Amino acid sequence: MGHLRGKLLPPALAIVFSLLLCGVALIISGANPLSAFGAMVTQVGKGTTLVDIVNSTGIYYIAALAVAIGFQMNLFNIGVEGQYRVAAVIAAVVGGSIALPPGIHTLVIIIVAALAGAAWAAIPAILKVTRGVNEVISTIMMNGLAIGFSAYLIRRDVFGELRGNNIRTAEIPESGWMPGISFGGSGTMFGFLFVAIALGIGYWVMMNKTRFGFELRASGESSTAASAGGVSAKKMVLLSMLISGAIAGLISLPELLGRDHTFSLNFTAGIGFSGIAIALLGRNHPGGIAFGALLWAFLDKSGLALDNVGVPREIVTIMQGSIVLSVVVAYEVVRRFELASEQRRVGRELGTVGGAA
Amino acid sequence: MISTMEEKPHVPAAPRKRKVPGWAVAMLGVAGAIALLSITSYQTGFPQLTSSGTTQTAVRLALPILLAGLGGLWAERAGVVNIGLEGMMIMGTWGAAWAGYQWGPWAALVAAVVFGSLGGLLHAIATVTFGVNHIVSGVAINLLGAGLTKYLSTLIFLPLSNNPRQSPPVQSFDTFSVAGLGDWLGELESGQRLFISDVAGILRGLVTGVSPLTMIAILLLPLSYYLLWRTRFGLRLRSVGENPHAADSLGVKVYFHKYVAVIVSGGLAGLGGAALVLNPGQLSYLEGQTGGRGYIGLAAMIFGNWRPGGLLGGAALFGYADGLQLRSGGETVLALVYGVVLLLAVIVVWQLIRRKWFSAAAAIVVAVLMYLLYISLDEIPSEFVSYAPHMVTLAVLAVASQRLRMPAADGLVYRRG
Repeated sequence: MGHLRGKLLPPALAIVFSLLLCGVALIISGANPLSAFGAMVTQVGKGTTLVDIVNSTGIYYIAALAVAIGFQMNLFNIGVEGQYRVAAVIAAVVGGSIALPPGIHTLVIIIVAALAGAAWAAIPAILKVTRGVNEVISTIMMNGLAIGFSAYLIRRDVFGELRGNNIRTAEIPESGWMPGISFGGSGTMFGFLFVAIALGIGYWVMMNKTRFGFELRASGESSTAASAGGVSAKKMVLLSMLISGAIAGLISLPELLGRDHTFSLNFTAGIGFSGIAIALLGRNHPGGIAFGALLWAFLDKSGLALDNVGVPREIVTIMQGSIVLSVVVAYEVVRRFELASEQRRVGRELGTVGGAA
Repeated sequence: MISTMEEKPHVPAAPRKRKVPGWAVAMLGVAGAIALLSITSYQTGFPQLTSSGTTQTAVRLALPILLAGLGGLWAERAGVVNIGLEGMMIMGTWGAAWAGYQWGPWAALVAAVVFGSLGGLLHAIATVTFGVNHIVSGVAINLLGAGLTKYLSTLIFLPLSNNPRQSPPVQSFDTFSVAGLGDWLGELESGQRLFISDVAGILRGLVTGVSPLTMIAILLLPLSYYLLWRTRFGLRLRSVGENPHAADSLGVKVYFHKYVAVIVSGGLAGLGGAALVLNPGQLSYLEGQTGGRGYIGLAAMIFGNWRPGGLLGGAALFGYADGLQLRSGGETVLALVYGVVLLLAVIVVWQLIRRKWFSAAAAIVVAVLMYLLYISLDEIPSEFVSYAPHMVTLAVLAVASQRLRMPAADGLVYRRG
């Protein structure tokens, strides 16, 4: 019971704290926080919001899984942002320029996206393994390069074409689409969501039931202990970074295969950074991540309703930011508290007075 | 500027133990860089490489990078990694615009520093007091900074400018130029004589259109150096970044020094944001204005090996590449590739003299590749020029990561025992 409390209490506290913080911010700016939150909740039932939330949850879920694999290994893959951008543009270009039977076409696009994401992640991985370059800096640099690279690839003299005011890649033919589940006027759920669920299950099985997952977690806990046990730290860094990049490559596919069918200037950016926040909130656990992704998606999509009640909807971004920051603080405080109480308990059992030192 | 980087580590390894002072190495580096640019512009026929206009733009673009980099330097010297520079810079841009349109440019500077420092304070509370991982806290602050400014802009700027993404125009600083000197340098520059005209062009760019902010930013660099390396406070601050446990046992207040460093770091990043807002071409807050410059500042600091001199070199290099692209386009930037080939040729000769056959061979291979790039392309696509800092940083990290030396306890969470 105490174990579960230690896991669930911090996120609950963080969410309550952020709600209070944003409530105060709303009161200061002269709005009624209750009506604002009420508008967000009632928004769920309106129009396509519910389906949008589900779709968005799937996308965030994939992003957070990609980040979580790195976290398990104590690797900060800040580069998910760049990896999915590069994967999206390459998958769109390849998907739009080949003709294959339905199904196979989609599969090829998915594989290309995963490979492209892994390839973009391979550069910081190789730099880290061979030259000892810190992955945080190199992935940040790769994020910048990804923006330049994708902008170059959709230039009109490279792979881009002009449609109205928008520059985009050639449209993927219908054989490469992935059908969704239509709810009529309430929107269409992306078919790729099932892949996201499968990824979550695969992630859980890999981490908890395979030797690779064990070695990964062991290296993350202590790379020296793991290498004493015969696990090559370099190999684990390389593999976990490549897997993380491959999953990151899939982030944009729900939208690419299910709705947009092209990479354009309207590309949804910033999911990689949200993924980091969600992985932290969910503590790298597939279930926790799912909850975090749902919360993020709810805040994003229901936040649109705030404009109707005269509150800038950016308040939800503040809420997201403060949730991340307060949740990591809360985890740390709870960890210290439990450590201290454990020490006190051991001290009591050993009968020494100063056991808490 | 690259030559500064290359030469520094060699100095102690020289056969006779000549102690070359740091400023002499820096002067040699600057002279070398100007000579390189001068020869390049002569060979490729692009006088813009060293024109006063390019230099002026480069200075303007280098300022935010320099200030963000200084912010990074302060924090990391005290052992706190500050990925949140970007977020603090964003808060600085908002603060500068908010105070700037009401009370003028000096108020803008103050507000930018205050807003940035608030970001720094938050980072310090999370990382120092609560022991949160530095990267995690930094990422959260970047999210928070972006969200907060968007919210405040919609709330405050929207009614004034009818645009939630832009502030009302901000009053600019009066810039001043050293008139007589500038004219004389202008004559020299138009003379088109090798080296002299180039030096004149660069100097003229440095003395025309100088704003007080430029002066402040440039003075902050030696000031930071003095405070961090020549005072008791600085020694303590750096000892906290190298070995907090040892510092603590000697009675240094570890938490206090870390707090000060991170708050100053945020203030400097905020000032970098003000440099963006008060840029003569812009003069308002724009959403997404920082465009990752906080990260580039961090890159400049790493390029400079966590030292102020190197940081200046990095900021100048990145600002220069950006300024050149903005003023004269991708063709001219391609001329820089030719300059890199020349530089590599010098490095090859140097490595051969030192009988480092492997490094020499590697440099030859890279030089040949760069030369092929130079003759096969007409221009560098503009999409890539903006990201030159990123590529240079990756290259520097890949080649020199063994030689770079960051503070020993950088990024480690310290807890009072």
